[in-house]
Amino acid sequence: MKKIFPSAEAALQGLLHDGMVIAAGGFGLCGIPELLIEGIRKAGTKDLTIASNNAGVDGFGLGVLLATRQVKKMISSYVGENAEFMRQYLSGELELEFNPQGTLAERLRAGGAGIAGFYTKTGVGTVIAEGKEVKLFDGQEYILERGIVADLSIVKAWKADPSGNLVFRKTARNFNPPAATAGRVCIAEVEEIVPLGSLDPDAIHLPGIYVHRLIQGSHEKRIEQRTVRKRESV
Amino acid sequence: MWDRNQMAARAALELQDGWYVNLGIGIPTLVSNYIPKGIEVTLQSENGMLGMGPFPYEGEEDADLINAGKQTITELPQTAYFDSAQSFAMIRGGKIAMAILGAMEVAENGDLANWMIPGKLVKGMGGAMDLVAGVGRVVVVMDHTSKTGESKVLKSCTLPLTGRGVVNRIITNLGVLDVVQGGLKIVECADGVTEADLRAATEATIVG
Repeated sequence: MKKIFPSAEAALQGLLHDGMVIAAGGFGLCGIPELLIEGIRKAGTKDLTIASNNAGVDGFGLGVLLATRQVKKMISSYVGENAEFMRQYLSGELELEFNPQGTLAERLRAGGAGIAGFYTKTGVGTVIAEGKEVKLFDGQEYILERGIVADLSIVKAWKADPSGNLVFRKTARNFNPPAATAGRVCIAEVEEIVPLGSLDPDAIHLPGIYVHRLIQGSHEKRIEQRTVRKRESV
Repeated sequence: MWDRNQMAARAALELQDGWYVNLGIGIPTLVSNYIPKGIEVTLQSENGMLGMGPFPYEGEEDADLINAGKQTITELPQTAYFDSAQSFAMIRGGKIAMAILGAMEVAENGDLANWMIPGKLVKGMGGAMDLVAGVGRVVVVMDHTSKTGESKVLKSCTLPLTGRGVVNRIITNLGVLDVVQGGLKIVECADGVTEADLRAATEATIVG
C-alpha cells in the first residue's frame, strides 16, 4: 500500500474522465485543493460536475476550471465572487444547482456514510423544496435531500502521515472532511507529510481509510478578504 | 432614527449570558462591538468555528483562519474548530440560541427574504436557509424602507423566501417589532420616531 504520489498529475493518473462528478473541499479560497485543481486543468477533463461550496474567484481556485470551460455544472451554496462564473451561468453555458450550505455539507457526509437521503427542515417553503418529497414528522414539514456520491474527491489538509491520516488547520477544515468521504476515490494534498507515528492517534481529524492518494506541495493560500484592526497606541 | 451602529447596539441587547450566537454579514457583524458588560456570548462562524475573535493586527493575518464572510479573523482561548457538516448539525439541531441576520424583506407572518433578487445577480443563499430553519430565535436587522422609500416590512414577501415563518423580531432604523399572532407588534420606537411614523413606514399589519 503506497498512497504517496510525487505530483498532482501523477496522483490524478487513471482517475479522470469526461462527465465525471467531483467533490471538492474548501470554503471560499480557504482550504482549497489548489494543486489538484491545477492538475485537472492540465489534464483537460471536460463536462465536470463539481460539488463545492463556492466556485473560486477569477483565475484562482475552481475559477481556473471555469476559465477553461471544463465545468458543466456546479453544486454550490454561494458563487458571488466570480465574474466568469456569472457570465457563463447567465448565458446558459453553465448549469448551477444551489444547495443551502448545510444541506450540501450533509449531502456529502451522507453520501460517504451510506445514507441515500435524509429529511431536513432547511428550505421548507422555499424554491429549494420544489420537486422534493415533503414529509411530516411530529407535525413539522421536512424535505427529502439525497446523499452525494462522487467519482472523485479532492481535498486539502495541513498534515498527513503516509497511511493517509489527515489533520486540518483552523477554519481550513470546512468542507474537506465531508467532501473527502463522499468520493469513491479521494486524493488529499497536504502541506507536509510527516513520518508514521508522529501524529497523535487521538487527534486525527480524518482517518486514512477515506484517503487513497496523497501529495505534498507548497500552497499559495490566497486571502480573499484581508481585514485587520489597528494596534492601540500605548 | 437609528444609524447602523445604533441598530447594532440595540440588537446586542437581545443577547443573553451563555448563548451561542451566529451573526450575519453587514450590520449584524457590528453587533459584536456592543455586547453588554457581564454578558458572555460565543460567536459561531458557520464555516467551522465557535469562539470567533476580532480581526487580526496587521501582519498577523492567517489564510487558514477566516469567518463566513471570508474575512481574516482571530481565535480566542475557548475557540473550537470543526467541519462544515458538524457546523450545520449544531445549527439545524437547535444548539445555536439566536441568529442575527440582514434582510431584503420581512413579512408579518415571519417570512424572510434575504438571498436573491430574480433577474439580478444571483449569488446564493450560503448558510442562511439552514440558520433560519434551525436556530432558536431569528432577529432581523435592516433598514425599514428601501432607498426609494418603500416599506420592506410587508404583508407578504415579493422576493424568493429564505424561510417561511421564521422571524421572531425585527430591528430597523425606526424601531423594534415582534412577529405575533395576526401581524406585528410594536416593541419600541427609535430615538425621535413616533408610533405614527413607524406605522406609516410599515406595510405589514400592526396589531395591538
